[in-house]
Amino acid sequence: MTEAYIYDAIRTPRGKKKNGSLHEITALQLATQQLEAVRDRNGLDTTLVDDVILGCVTPVGEEGANIARSAVINANYAESTAGFQINRFCASALEACNLGAAKVICGEADFVVAGGVEAMSRVPMGSDGGAMGVDPEIAFDHNIVPQGVSADLIATKYGFSRDDVDAYAVESQKRAAKAWKEGRFKNSVVPVKDQLGLTILDHDEHMRPGTDMQSLGGLNSAFQALSEFIGLDNVAIQKYPEVEYINFVHTGGNSSGIVDGASAVLIGSKEAGEKAGLKPRAKFRSMASIGSEPTIMLTGPIAVTEKALKKAGMEVGDIDLFELNEAFASVVLRHMQAFDIDPAIMNVNGGAIAMGHPLGATGAMILGTVLDELERTGKQTGLATLCVGGGMGTATIIERV
Amino acid sequence: MKHFTIDIDKDGIALVTFNSPDATMNVLSPEVLGEIGEVTKTIADNDAIKGAVITSGKDNSFCAGADLSGLGSIFGEAAKMSEDERSAALYKELFKINDIFRSLETCGKPVAAAINALALGGGLEITLACHYRIAASDNPKLKLGLPEAMVGVLPGGGGTQRLPRLIGAMNAFDLMMQGKMINADKALALGVIHETAPGAELVEKAKAWVKANPDAKQPWDQEKFRIPGGGPYHPKGAQTFMGVAPMIRKNTYGNYPAQRYIMSCVYEGLQVDIDAGLRIECRYFTKLMQRPESRNMIRSIFLSKQALDKAGARPAGQKKGPINKIAVIGAGFMGAGIAYVSAMAGIEVALVDVDIAGAEKGKAFAQKELAKRVSRKKMDQAKADAILARITPTTDYSVMKDVDLVVEAVFENRELKAKITKMAEEHMREDAVFGSNTSTLPISGLAEASKRPENFIGIHFFSPVHKMMLVELIVGDKTSDYAISRALDFVTKIKKTPIVVSDTRGFYANRCVMRYIEQGMALLSEGVLPALIENSARMAGMPVGPLSLQDEVAIDLGYKIIKQTEADLGPDAIEGPTAQILIAMVEKYDRKGRKNGKGFYDYSEDGKKRLWPGLSEFALNGVLPEDEQPTPAYLKERILYAQAIEAARCMAEGIVKDPREADVGSILGWGFAPYTGGVLSYIDTIGADAFVKRADELAKTSGPAYAVPDLLREMAKNGETFYGRFGKEKKAA
Repeated sequence: MTEAYIYDAIRTPRGKKKNGSLHEITALQLATQQLEAVRDRNGLDTTLVDDVILGCVTPVGEEGANIARSAVINANYAESTAGFQINRFCASALEACNLGAAKVICGEADFVVAGGVEAMSRVPMGSDGGAMGVDPEIAFDHNIVPQGVSADLIATKYGFSRDDVDAYAVESQKRAAKAWKEGRFKNSVVPVKDQLGLTILDHDEHMRPGTDMQSLGGLNSAFQALSEFIGLDNVAIQKYPEVEYINFVHTGGNSSGIVDGASAVLIGSKEAGEKAGLKPRAKFRSMASIGSEPTIMLTGPIAVTEKALKKAGMEVGDIDLFELNEAFASVVLRHMQAFDIDPAIMNVNGGAIAMGHPLGATGAMILGTVLDELERTGKQTGLATLCVGGGMGTATIIERV
Repeated sequence: MKHFTIDIDKDGIALVTFNSPDATMNVLSPEVLGEIGEVTKTIADNDAIKGAVITSGKDNSFCAGADLSGLGSIFGEAAKMSEDERSAALYKELFKINDIFRSLETCGKPVAAAINALALGGGLEITLACHYRIAASDNPKLKLGLPEAMVGVLPGGGGTQRLPRLIGAMNAFDLMMQGKMINADKALALGVIHETAPGAELVEKAKAWVKANPDAKQPWDQEKFRIPGGGPYHPKGAQTFMGVAPMIRKNTYGNYPAQRYIMSCVYEGLQVDIDAGLRIECRYFTKLMQRPESRNMIRSIFLSKQALDKAGARPAGQKKGPINKIAVIGAGFMGAGIAYVSAMAGIEVALVDVDIAGAEKGKAFAQKELAKRVSRKKMDQAKADAILARITPTTDYSVMKDVDLVVEAVFENRELKAKITKMAEEHMREDAVFGSNTSTLPISGLAEASKRPENFIGIHFFSPVHKMMLVELIVGDKTSDYAISRALDFVTKIKKTPIVVSDTRGFYANRCVMRYIEQGMALLSEGVLPALIENSARMAGMPVGPLSLQDEVAIDLGYKIIKQTEADLGPDAIEGPTAQILIAMVEKYDRKGRKNGKGFYDYSEDGKKRLWPGLSEFALNGVLPEDEQPTPAYLKERILYAQAIEAARCMAEGIVKDPREADVGSILGWGFAPYTGGVLSYIDTIGADAFVKRADELAKTSGPAYAVPDLLREMAKNGETFYGRFGKEKKAA
């Protein structure tokens, strides 16, 4: 069977939502510039690229009508390169990579560019509507609650206090700051250009390096007031009746930031790489997606990690580095608790709490991050995974070559 | 036509008057609906008619809603059909109302509703199918609403479609979900109606509107129609739907299909045109009518309660009589409450206590409650003053010479009660009845102090009196039918629901509710997580968890009863986890319940309560590990079966004789899962056979609480139901 390799992995810097630098840049431009960079950095003849797969969670407005295809045309890829957009919520871009790898493995494609785009300051989260929280058949009958309530349910059920989640957030900020300071992202972050072609953003602007326990401690719960007002906590408890009450620990400070950004990963077969004169950096060892209990919603990374490990014939101990998207601190804390993972190998360069989570783009970003870090530290095997809305999980295990 | 008259005036405006003969109120029956069809056809076809005004010939009701007793009849023929055939047949039958109302609003001529009085449910739905609604501003009893969900039904005459199209989904949910009824001013402010006017001018004004609007069309039949507040995928509208699902789940725990289906009717209906919306509504209505929850709730909460409220339990040969004056002895919390509700009902009350200060304090309670009503604009000051003036505090027993009834509400002390009985009877008329508000002492024993034991009865109020709707009448060995009848006169006059039960320890309600609390303790001792017990109980439909309930009634009260039982019957009589836990709570931990801020819960100053972490001590073999904790479904059975079995025992022993009283008593008395229709409807719905099988399994693992009486075994064998075997109700179809 053909194997799938990563030849390049890049991302934009992440622009913050409020007064952010990327607010005046279209989603199409974010995606286009990523496609251009993949092509230009690698001197890639795009006639070799069969398809472009972009994750996007809010595919309406400027992100609607298959933004991947628009970006392919706009980036002046070969006319023969196709393009499509997918939505697996927060794991969309990792799923795009997995799909791209699958296309290569099964022989459908030689090269695929996979990634994602989300301009959250421009196309607000939730503006695509959807039955999940609105139609009583799903929302009422299946006890669907907003993710923040699920995150607080995880903290309650698995015993993480406000201090625990805040301490995690402080560490995320510290690690991200250090990583930027040491230039660990410099090879992969492609600055975003404005309408004149001048750089408008070259760093993650959501970060707050000075964050400490005290500054975080002053923040109010992000979900308690609404939750108690309309009874969301009760809805969650009806699914988890062993819980007496929800301990609302998550705030804006220990949850992922709302940002703009895009990402792209060049995936291809060994032969395609040789033909293009490119050197593979890593190989896909296994990929998986799963469904999990939708009310607690965000525990999917556990099951999908198990599944991906099994498919790869590995054990937790075989993974040198983990990247688990920091949607909420409790998600990562629960994952480390479940597998007894050393915090020193989890999200070593910080994550979405510090740098932000552009929903449809993040998956490919953390895949790139784990690959960069494997190379920097000379380690071999990394696992990237994300919790997903509606109760799902997606994971990818890669191995350096 | 029997129910409607049509008078065409010189302008060609037809005045359609709804006035059902031989009925106190106008209600919507199949016959009435048929005539509305005829009326509609006349309006549409008669060229002399330019438009119409619909009003009522009754002062008390425009139309009080559908005749729910008739609803069962449509199931008659459907019983033998396959599920799909039945659904199709019911749908066809139930859609008739939509056909008629829809043709009314599309008849091509303007139609106005002159709402002179109460218009509820189907009654309001008729008016929603009119182009204009004007309601009387001077009828204080005029209420508008769609309260169907309260009895397990949904507004199936287009209400779920027209109301949100008129006033928006948010306001429509607000009215439909909790059966809220509003007055004319509120209805005008919300946009349910267009205008208000004094009753005398209603028809005239309605006619003027009809004359001025020959081309009237419903908003939803106009091209530019937009849903007020937006549909489910309008940015603002979506907020409503995202909010309503958790709010309703929080309140209903998913146990009430009416509320659930109303949500879908509105959600799905607002995304399509009105005709498709009406079809969607009718499909959910059809689904709902086939759910046991609807049938059981209609029966118990509406029909049976209504019958009992009209003294349906009155013994044969006894007649209704007036209650003009009573004496209440003992002006404590119970006595004060009884005096208050009696005065509210127009009864003169002598409130008697040992000293005048105590009696005055009892009256002050009424004063406080009345002041609340005035400040909430539920009553004017003059009326409140008149009510308060009916209560006369006194220490003088001679006031009892002209009372119809005495209610004794002193401490649960046999000697004290005996003394008071004698003192009262010295002055009471021969035909006056003495009622003792006891909750624990057998009535036959107390009646021994009476010189007229045939006129002695137990009148068991629940606390707080002004909020609890049930009253148990306890019949002692010598209590006469006359005394029962008089007590019924009293209880129905104060607008509470009476049930008649025989004399036994705990009577009926407390006996059953004890089984509920005991199961809470039993599960605790088995190592079930306290939060899981409490949450599962609420998920099963109980208003509060068993541990919480024990805290409310006070742990030391239970403790005292145990100690008394031990003293009376010896130490063997108090075996079991409940006794052990209650004794430890009081003796070892000084946890007496909410009253001292610590019980099964810790109560903080800000009103929050949290389960006491020390409860794990009561798990005899330790708290079960997480994967061995029982499911909520299992706990629901444990909790509901224990109560239902006790009720079945009460039926077997003849403590309660009428299943309607057992069911209504269970819902009103201790809040037994109302969606079930009550304790016996719960068993009937499961089926005696299946119920006994499951109870036998539970008895093996969980003790004698699940031992069914022989009666139930016999019923299982014969395939009987409680209503089939004991029912007095008029059989539907």
